[in-house]
Amino acid sequence: MLFTTIILSLREIRRHVLRSFLTVLGVVIGVAAVVTMVTLGDAATRSVQAQIASLGSNLLTIMPGQGFGRGGGGAAPQPFKPEDVEAIRTQIGGITATAPQVQTTVTAIRNSANWSVSVNGTSSDFLVGQQWKIVDGRGFTPAEEIAGKSVCLIGNTVRTNLYHAEEPIGTRVRLGDISCEVIGLLATRGQSGFGQDNDNTVLMPYKAVQRRLTGNRNVQTIMVAVDPRYDSKAIQDAITALMRERRKIGADKEDDFNIFDTKQISDTLAGATNTLTRIVTAVAAISLLVGGIGIMNIMLVSVTERTREIGIRLAIGAVAREVLLQFLVEAVVLSSLGGLVGLLIALFACAGLSALMHVPFLWLPQINLIAFAISAAIGVIFGYFPARRAASLNPIDALRHE
Amino acid sequence: MTPAEPLIALSGVTKRYGRGANAFDALKGIDLDIAAGDFVAVMGPSGSGKSTMMNILGCLDVPSGGTFRFRGVPVEGLDADERSLLRRRYLGFVFQGFNLLARTSALENVELPLVYRGEPRKRRRELGMDALERVGLAPWATHTPAELSGGQQQRVAIARAIVTHPDVLLADEPTGNLDSQRSIEIMELLTDLNRSSGITVLMVTHEPDMAGFAHTIVHFKDGLVDRIERGAGAGAPA
Repeated sequence: MLFTTIILSLREIRRHVLRSFLTVLGVVIGVAAVVTMVTLGDAATRSVQAQIASLGSNLLTIMPGQGFGRGGGGAAPQPFKPEDVEAIRTQIGGITATAPQVQTTVTAIRNSANWSVSVNGTSSDFLVGQQWKIVDGRGFTPAEEIAGKSVCLIGNTVRTNLYHAEEPIGTRVRLGDISCEVIGLLATRGQSGFGQDNDNTVLMPYKAVQRRLTGNRNVQTIMVAVDPRYDSKAIQDAITALMRERRKIGADKEDDFNIFDTKQISDTLAGATNTLTRIVTAVAAISLLVGGIGIMNIMLVSVTERTREIGIRLAIGAVAREVLLQFLVEAVVLSSLGGLVGLLIALFACAGLSALMHVPFLWLPQINLIAFAISAAIGVIFGYFPARRAASLNPIDALRHE
Repeated sequence: MTPAEPLIALSGVTKRYGRGANAFDALKGIDLDIAAGDFVAVMGPSGSGKSTMMNILGCLDVPSGGTFRFRGVPVEGLDADERSLLRRRYLGFVFQGFNLLARTSALENVELPLVYRGEPRKRRRELGMDALERVGLAPWATHTPAELSGGQQQRVAIARAIVTHPDVLLADEPTGNLDSQRSIEIMELLTDLNRSSGITVLMVTHEPDMAGFAHTIVHFKDGLVDRIERGAGAGAPA
């Protein structure tokens, strides 16, 4: 009986393809939206976590200033000096790499091509801490670092835009007012989680950048790689104590620098992504509810429209339960089909959007299953009321209905 | 059902619609027995209670008073679902307006009562085609009602009514929407079913020509049986 009823309802749906489609459009959109949002949210979270993990899971970044917003007022906090980097390197235990970062943006020129690049003055320890490989050429020698020689490593985006097919190693490139010898090519890293291109980078010995580009001895940030066998928190405390001493901060004063832990940032970002995903999903879920009401509306109209049919069915011996089942099954089959179409649309939307958003493409069985179950449940819930109305019709009145 | 008891036995059946001052008595006490195998035409002016009578005989409605025993079962004591099961098992309906499901093939329409009987698909196909054969519409099995003439639609409706081999066929003005040629064809079909298959036929009509096919003619007037003619019509056993 149930199987027959499902066949009958599929037939009924096929007879009214357009109306059936419009009826379940709300469910289709709702399911597609919910599944797409949850899937993309999950993909974004994973991607952020993966990218931060690729930065090195145990990196500390020390930067001057109080908190993210640099509140508190007063004079801008003094920048670090190369001596601070040296102090951390020699006095703090349990770290595998310490590198200064002096950053600036210049226009790089090679023959007729010019391209805006981010110049990062640092030491070879930076590549160690970032686990960043050199695919061609070589890194800085200690002599070049000490002398602040004008040599540079270029990222893949820089190479593409300035050199095209030409071999860059051994050539000279103009960075702002200075000329620099290209000694190595960096491995491709792709976009960071914040949308900036990691490969649009030129690395130089920090002394060269200070002397020839920024014109002072300031170090903007210090990168510290923590040995995974040591407790990151204890090392952060040791660095804080050392920096407070070196920067002569009284016991009653707040730190005028910050230490960011990549793991912390990763957790924070993942949390924020999750919250956003939940909010968007909740909004999408509302459209599922609206979709359910749409189904109820059409099913009620359909009951009225098919009153005579119900009368015929009752006259030839259908019992109320069978008429109820018929309408209920119709609603459930309809909304489940809508759910399936929604899942299909979500699949394509996820494939397209994940490529667009540079996040991995995922298919999460769990959310697909849940969304499908919800679409079927919507059919039961919103189909029940019209179905009961159909089943409670009096056969004589129903037959007389025009 | 004891052997002596008629198929249908009405005793003092009344039907009242509305209440209080608006109350209207459609049936005012009907006593009528119908034997199995009879062909009965119910006649009477409109408002005489013949449709109400048919609704009660078809177990679509219950009497307000009196008793209606169908196969010895007092129908007034049954609830809607029990009466549905009675219709499913023993009754077939033919309506003036054909009442076929639109956009549904003739065969599917005929199969419908079998669906509710839980017959398997293959058996439904067989029985459905048999019934269409019986009314001479086997070649039209895949056509929808919109593609059939009125007379053909009514034959499909008759096939639907007899596909379950019912004891009783109830026909409410079966020829009301047909021209006289088609009407006679339908009446001949009903007569044949009554004779060869032994189906008891109860028919409401206001056309004396059509009533002439019946074996028994019951005349209604003002909610009462006015008179009964027996053994007069063309449908009389030869």
